[in-house]
Amino acid sequence: MVNPPSKPGDLNVLVIDENSIRASIIEVGLREAGYDNVTIIDDMNGLARRIMDINPDIIVIDIENPNRDMLESIFQISRVVKRPIAMFVDKSDEASIEAAVEAGVSAYIVDGLKQERVRPILKMAISRFNAYSRLTRELEETRGELENRKLIDRAKGLLMRSRGLSEDEAYALLRRTAMNQNRKIVEIAQSLITAASLLDPGTST
Amino acid sequence: MTPKHQITAGFLPLLDSALLVVAREKGFAAELGIDLALVRERSWATIRDRLAVSHFDVAHILAPMPIACNLGLTAPAPRMVVPMAMGLGGNAVTVSAGLWREMSDWGARADLDARSSGQALRQVIDHRRDERLRFAVVHPYSGHNYELRYWFSANGIDPDRDVEIGILPPPDMADALTANLIDGYCAGEPWNTLGVLHNDAHLATVKAAIWKSSPEKVLGVNSRWADGHPEALPALIQALYKASLWCGDSRNHPELADLMARPAYVGRPAESLLPALTGLLHTGGGEVLDVKDFFVPNAKAATFPWKSHALWFYTQMVRWGQVRHTAEHQKIAGDSYRPDIYRSALKAMGVALPAASAKVEGALRVETPVGSSGALTLGPDGFFDGGLFDPDDVDGYIASQTRG
Repeated sequence: MVNPPSKPGDLNVLVIDENSIRASIIEVGLREAGYDNVTIIDDMNGLARRIMDINPDIIVIDIENPNRDMLESIFQISRVVKRPIAMFVDKSDEASIEAAVEAGVSAYIVDGLKQERVRPILKMAISRFNAYSRLTRELEETRGELENRKLIDRAKGLLMRSRGLSEDEAYALLRRTAMNQNRKIVEIAQSLITAASLLDPGTST
Repeated sequence: MTPKHQITAGFLPLLDSALLVVAREKGFAAELGIDLALVRERSWATIRDRLAVSHFDVAHILAPMPIACNLGLTAPAPRMVVPMAMGLGGNAVTVSAGLWREMSDWGARADLDARSSGQALRQVIDHRRDERLRFAVVHPYSGHNYELRYWFSANGIDPDRDVEIGILPPPDMADALTANLIDGYCAGEPWNTLGVLHNDAHLATVKAAIWKSSPEKVLGVNSRWADGHPEALPALIQALYKASLWCGDSRNHPELADLMARPAYVGRPAESLLPALTGLLHTGGGEVLDVKDFFVPNAKAATFPWKSHALWFYTQMVRWGQVRHTAEHQKIAGDSYRPDIYRSALKAMGVALPAASAKVEGALRVETPVGSSGALTLGPDGFFDGGLFDPDDVDGYIASQTRG
């Protein structure tokens, strides 16, 4: 058994993530926290060979990676010097493992490494994974908002043409209807557009 | 009706996740008051982890995996129970066009016979001068790994010395074959059929030829959830049993292939899923062969969690050095399967149930009626080399096992 290194910066950390942007976000975080020995793998070619060369103390891998089964089998091969084991539902720290799985992080830790030396790395990975998901979600929401605005503009156009309203009056009518029915303006706009296209396929296009 | 039970199940995109898919899509779950949510995953490790942290209540899982979990082979984890199997058979051994040509030169026939194809492979290996042949399976604790190794060994091939066996995700296997990264693989469907149809591969043999009526996927359940949901689990077993009856009816096979082909499930064309259901397999080079009992979703007590299946997997874990044989380990393995839960859930439905919880594997050479009602037949369940596994003599079986 090889003794695990004793200084924080000496830990050999490997991050495996096919999402190279997320991988580099984690790498930056770990380097800022004083982990100098961080390797990133975002391309799965020759994974087994490279892990044996890197010989990591800790592996952080995104939980959706289909190569996790292969990764775990690599650790069973006796010629690997250090044999990391899956870190999950260690009875002492179930909550943090659940947080990791929730965030989409899984980790493998070389046998003998103390829990308290691993925890900061895992916490870092979890927070960066979560930050990344939040970013992508916000991006999607922004895209969704743009779509919504287009729908509302079309509904306003319909009302302006069919009822002879000004733009402001058309929007006020949409908003009032939404409030009265306890629905979102975009839902009213959508049903208006649908109704118009049903009644007269020419109007909505 | 408002559902009484909310159940979340994980699955991998494979044909034998059909019981869960059909229970949801054909309304069998809803009829029993279950709102069944299905979540597709990309690795068995993640299925196991999400079961462990209760993201999933139950899952479609490799039969040996809950046993490996309970033996502590993967990581410290909550106890898993197996109250039901998800069918018998369904795998094949697929080889590259090049390897098949060499095997044919040594007498391999296109009939998927496990003896003649295995002997031909042995000849190829004996006469090879360059590096070892490489094979891939889906997981170290899988039926695939153990049946491939059994087939090798019984044909005089040492699975660790004479060949290399690695792990790959099933959807990558056929491409790995084309790229010459591997020479063959053992996987479930549709991944063999797709390899034959699109990657010029050839079937060498099938699970049903290596060991007839043999176990493959099971329903894995986190024991904490099982203990906390004494009504939901029996209801789910009943829904899955009804789904298995539907899947076993040949009139439903075209619809089942269409259902499984949907992007949310396997996401591959129905034509690649139908052969495993009808048994009319593409073996390579445009040939089609009728394989009896290739995949059995319901008949022959296909969903019964036989303790002898659990114990056979355990003997293979011992054989290949994954775990040391002790009386305690053997007990943990056997106790992972829970035919008692299965029986009590299905008795009320009037399902014909096996009276025993274990059987001598390989003893039934022909289809045999069992039980007083006569509604149930078992077998044939033979190993291709004539081997017998008596679950009452695990010590003797382990002692008799060789490597190849």
